[in-house]
Amino acid sequence: MNGGAAALAVVQVVVMLVVSPLLVGLMRQTRARLEGRVGAGVLQPWRDLRKLAAKETLRASGTGWVSAAGPLVLVASGLLACALVPLVGAVPFVSVPDDLFVVVSVLLVGTVALALVGLDAGTAFGGMGSSRHMTIAALVEPTVLVAVYALSIPVGSSALSRIVLARIDDPASVASPVSLLALVALAIAVVAETGRLPVDNPSTHLELTMIHEAMVIESSGRDLGWLELGSWLRLGALLGLLGSLLVPWGVAQDAGVAAVLVGVVTLVLKLAVLGCVLAAAEVFVAKLRLFRVPELLAGSFVLAFLAVTASYLVVQAG
Amino acid sequence: MRGLVRLMRATGRVAEPAPQRPEGLQGANAAFGGSVGVRHVDAGSCNGCEIEVAATFGPVYDAERYGAKLVASARHADVVLITGVVTRNMLEPLRRTVDATPNPRVVLAVGDCARSCGVFAGGVGVAGAAHDAVDVDLAVPGCPPEPDVIVEALRRVTLR
Repeated sequence: MNGGAAALAVVQVVVMLVVSPLLVGLMRQTRARLEGRVGAGVLQPWRDLRKLAAKETLRASGTGWVSAAGPLVLVASGLLACALVPLVGAVPFVSVPDDLFVVVSVLLVGTVALALVGLDAGTAFGGMGSSRHMTIAALVEPTVLVAVYALSIPVGSSALSRIVLARIDDPASVASPVSLLALVALAIAVVAETGRLPVDNPSTHLELTMIHEAMVIESSGRDLGWLELGSWLRLGALLGLLGSLLVPWGVAQDAGVAAVLVGVVTLVLKLAVLGCVLAAAEVFVAKLRLFRVPELLAGSFVLAFLAVTASYLVVQAG
Repeated sequence: MRGLVRLMRATGRVAEPAPQRPEGLQGANAAFGGSVGVRHVDAGSCNGCEIEVAATFGPVYDAERYGAKLVASARHADVVLITGVVTRNMLEPLRRTVDATPNPRVVLAVGDCARSCGVFAGGVGVAGAAHDAVDVDLAVPGCPPEPDVIVEALRRVTLR
């Protein structure tokens, strides 16, 4: 059982490494088409990574080991999240818990690494971005925890793979009020966590409105490549988690070849659909003023909290 | 929102058909491989070139389809795009921006002012043209140059 889980984790990491830049390319392409542009193509993020890998890596004078290690930590945390979250298959690990608390802490390690990279160069914009990033992380993490906790109550386990398996067994639970409230809360949290509109604008050039871009503003060459890849992996893992919870069908329940193949294909489809929907929705919204962001995130926390309350009520009624 | 959807439907694709790909810049590094970050530096321009540069990356000329993208930091850039004469105040910042751009890099002077000071030659605050301050790899003539010409220069670097 554990060997199968490990094999699945490797498959998930490999698939996400290939797919997450393409997901970003697809989202940019969707946006470009809706804006009447031709767009750079779905493969553009891969071209960016290849170019960055070949470029000279400049670091500002006075930066220390954090600038060198931070990007790698971000990528490592993204890869670990991809391995732990049930994306292709939901086979529970025996020795390593794919507990929601573990996944959230793994993502938080990456968040902190990114914030430290922003601080290390000592520029005003980097520090400002890090400060905003941590503010949002502090508001988002409880929402993610509480939202997934609401989903875990009926299952009786906080392991993400068990939650997904329980949802495959009982499709009615996907459309239950608990599940819907929790998923809306989770979706808002994912949008905030991955720096998409309306919380952060990934294509902004105005330093004063930046969050993610401000932190990476001093990184170049390979450092920048790792940072980009790391944040794309996080986006992929979180969107994939949302997809697995929203549409649990197709997720492999064992490590057999056929089941895994179906899992990979459905994962790619789910990511493509979610990515297109998110990108299309972004065309219609403007970035929120920074001081309004806590209101949005507080709203999503309330939804998650209501989901928890409702899950107790539903359990008692049933 | 419904109005916006209707506008998108009615507009469709506004980008003009791509002209033929120009020859690659001699000495341009193949390391870019179809992905080029452009950092725009206004060294003392009248804003005429800025409007043309903005149009270059707008929906009609859409330089992004050739792999060129405006970036927010010189650290992310492969091309430094200079517009306007180099004024005394911008001489040092311009040099620093080019220094902060990781190699391999291409310096692009856009407009007559950046090429040869244009109408501002001999002005009181003018330190010179772009090539007086930094090594320029490619210059685009015009006052202001049309977006077509800027796109062509960028395509010589992106090779797409």
